[in-house]
Amino acid sequence: MKNWFMLTLIGQDRPGIVAGLTRALFENGCNLGEASMVRLGGMFTIMMMVETESDRTELITLTRPMEASTGIRVHIDEIEGALHSHIEPNYRFTVYGADQAGIVAETTETLARLRLNIINLETDVGGTDENPIYIMHIEGETKAKQEKIERALVELAKRKNIEIRVIPINTLIG
Amino acid sequence: MAQLEILTFPDDRLKQVSTEVEIFDDSLHAFLKDLEETMDEGPPSVGIAAPQVGRFERIVLVDVSIKPKIPNHGRLILINPKIVAEQGQVVGREGCLSVPDFTGNVARAESIELEAKDAHGNTISFSMEGYEARAVQHEMDHLDGLLFLDHLVSRRDLFRRKKYK
Repeated sequence: MKNWFMLTLIGQDRPGIVAGLTRALFENGCNLGEASMVRLGGMFTIMMMVETESDRTELITLTRPMEASTGIRVHIDEIEGALHSHIEPNYRFTVYGADQAGIVAETTETLARLRLNIINLETDVGGTDENPIYIMHIEGETKAKQEKIERALVELAKRKNIEIRVIPINTLIG
Repeated sequence: MAQLEILTFPDDRLKQVSTEVEIFDDSLHAFLKDLEETMDEGPPSVGIAAPQVGRFERIVLVDVSIKPKIPNHGRLILINPKIVAEQGQVVGREGCLSVPDFTGNVARAESIELEAKDAHGNTISFSMEGYEARAVQHEMDHLDGLLFLDHLVSRRDLFRRKKYK
């Protein structure tokens, strides 16, 4: 029987991490599902669904040579997740401003009160060491009306002196 | 009338380029009825193209009037459609009856000038923008064997900027 696992990888960024990992998984009969792979602060990170008949211990053994030779760390969990369970986002938010503590906490608390389910969230820090700027993109799903969302976010934007844009996503199915 | 089967990717037939309609007869009208029924009775959509049901002729149906607050020209039967002018570019999210369980961001012309034939072979023309223009461009792609997957932009590409602050 095949099981789904979530593989988490963190390592110093360099060319070949994805190729090395996925080649090892491919050669041992694993099937890959949805994945997020991104460089964060000079580190490379992977969150990836892996389907295999092996158990968790066998999967860990597969990735061990890579860990030993490169200092990469891999963590594996068996998961209940499955493919074909997408939720369609209906709002997108762009938030940016002078970097300060609490931008993510306060924005996402406001959105959680609007019963927004976050489907994708990415943040970046740009600018300089002296004047860092924080940029966040969120996609999510909520039944809340746009006017209500905007009212809540205008108050937050003023209080934190940040810019917040709300863009409805009206997915076209054709 | 009959509800037609919708081809889904990776069916290679979706990559086929469709030919122009030359004869506007009863057989065409019967097909248009079936195509409408397929769109109306199937999963909610704002358009359908003939090649999606395995008929490789340049025919699309578009109807964005079911969406609230969107300027539209009602139900459009567009035969041998041609975009004669286009302006601007805007990113929006699209999905497709032929690509279940996946949506993605696609850049399209913001406004278009369109020429086509109606069901009787008369020339018709439209100026349209925004959502309706996007729907027409999405459906017309099918006539050239293209899917929205051929135009995907990354998640980070920005949507049209609207400032609410």
